[in-house]
Amino acid sequence: MKQLLILSGKGGTGKTTVAGAFISLAGARAYADCDVDAPNLHLIMKRWSEPERKDYFGLPKAEIDHKRCTRCDLCRQNCRFNAISLNDHYQVDLFACEGCGVCEVICPEEAITLQPAVAGELMLYREEDSVFSTAQLRMGSGTTGLLVTEVKKQLCEAVGEAELAVIDGSPGIGCPVIASLNGADLVLIVTEPSVSGISDMERIIQTAEIFNMQITVCINKYDTNLENTALIETYCAEKNLPFSGKIPFDPEAVRAINSGKTIIDLDCPSGTAVKEVYHRTMELLFNERCSIST
Amino acid sequence: MNIAILSGKGGTGKTLLAVNLAAIAGDAVYIDCDVEEPNGHLFFKPKSIKTETVAVKIPAVDDELCTGCRICVDFCRFNALAYIADRLAVFEQICHSCGGCTLLCPEAALREEDRIVGRIEEGFSGSVKVYSGILNTGEASGIPIIKRLLNLSKKERPGLCLIDCPPGSACIVMETIRDADYCVLVAEPTLFGVHNLNLVYELVSLFDKPFGVVLNKCLEGEENPSEKFCLEKVITILGHLAFDHELGVINSKALVAARERKRYSALFSTLLASVLKEAQHEAVVNP
Repeated sequence: MKQLLILSGKGGTGKTTVAGAFISLAGARAYADCDVDAPNLHLIMKRWSEPERKDYFGLPKAEIDHKRCTRCDLCRQNCRFNAISLNDHYQVDLFACEGCGVCEVICPEEAITLQPAVAGELMLYREEDSVFSTAQLRMGSGTTGLLVTEVKKQLCEAVGEAELAVIDGSPGIGCPVIASLNGADLVLIVTEPSVSGISDMERIIQTAEIFNMQITVCINKYDTNLENTALIETYCAEKNLPFSGKIPFDPEAVRAINSGKTIIDLDCPSGTAVKEVYHRTMELLFNERCSIST
Repeated sequence: MNIAILSGKGGTGKTLLAVNLAAIAGDAVYIDCDVEEPNGHLFFKPKSIKTETVAVKIPAVDDELCTGCRICVDFCRFNALAYIADRLAVFEQICHSCGGCTLLCPEAALREEDRIVGRIEEGFSGSVKVYSGILNTGEASGIPIIKRLLNLSKKERPGLCLIDCPPGSACIVMETIRDADYCVLVAEPTLFGVHNLNLVYELVSLFDKPFGVVLNKCLEGEENPSEKFCLEKVITILGHLAFDHELGVINSKALVAARERKRYSALFSTLLASVLKEAQHEAVVNP
């Protein structure tokens, strides 16, 4: 199975819109949403069945047994995350606690234990012809990278035979993005022709290159600034990065999304353009020896 | 006063709003906490920049002293240590700097060293003081940079600080709004927009932060799912920004709209007044 990962650096450039279109065009049997912090792909991928739900346990959290606590203060002094404070008694800030376990080992009274903590929920939609793996992180939780790894693991275990997996990634360049790179055969970067979009694209390309990924770039809303679009194309040519096409700004795209559809489901300019991007991306992914149905 | 600008979804206009509100306020501080993809400095192009590197503590092993007892390896919950081929290996990028390994080593074979993960730039754009946190590419966590950034900017209080947050609702956003006196949620009129607005709405509610919403990219005559959401939940709407081609072009060139055109300076002045009024009202009602 070939894994296509869609990233952007900057948020709001159209990752999910492009991912939804690709899934429809390919009739993909495997797809996942790795933007566990703010997942949206399920909103445009109509599924009829209820998902299988599973709690995701992140790192554990410290719990203090007040009966045993002698107020020696060692836990508070040694916590690097400032997660322990003294009010009426010693308290753990569950949002600050990273579950490292220093307090547990340092406590001379064995008053501190680490307790498992639910940090999110994994969801798996399983239908006759396809599987869709997604998750929702709990508010303010850490260990996003681990949850991303679980989303991908869940997809791979459930899918069986499939030629292609389409994976919608998260914005940024940090832990969830790095975790999503693992196992991807090609990274499609969806950028936009703004100075911010270009700066963010350069940073995500640098990040993907550190991990030796294959990269291709497409520009969304390219006609909103043609000068910047030209700059991006030149940048890709100079860096020898394959360019997979341009999608115009299209108010119909918003209408498609607001009615829970992909841009392929409507006859619109962005839908036509994304097909071209799709074909070039698939050629790169399958090394031009593929047999994709359209 | 610290005002945090956030949105679950990326690309809704956090930076547009934070930059223009700071520019209009004039005597204000802009703090870019989107350290993975900082963009505020592209707009402000600050001058006389002072740079400070941000480092975290990571363990370094003295091979002479290490006896291979593996107490540190067994302790580390992040799997940042391994004993391979008769040598202790440290995986620096996944270390959370908890200090546990150094604390536990019975041979004192571990010590802590600095590892640079990014930098903070401090400069001026007109009368606006601009702070930017920049994570090095390939690094997993920007939280140490955000912590340092917010700590550094404490000296700016009680002035007006506009904090540009990262997207999402995970730990990194939570860290950013910790010290905020008021939160401004920016939402766009799409199904994605309202879904992610709901996430940050839950986040600010969880942390008991006073907040209001700015509706961006509003299309006249079109349904606005985010506005509907605000009306249903009885959330304060601080203002509407219409979808505006010219504003989009100015923004795509990384120009500060409020400094470029009179009508945008008027638009953001009204918005700033509305934000400050709400924030000050909250400060009086819920100090």
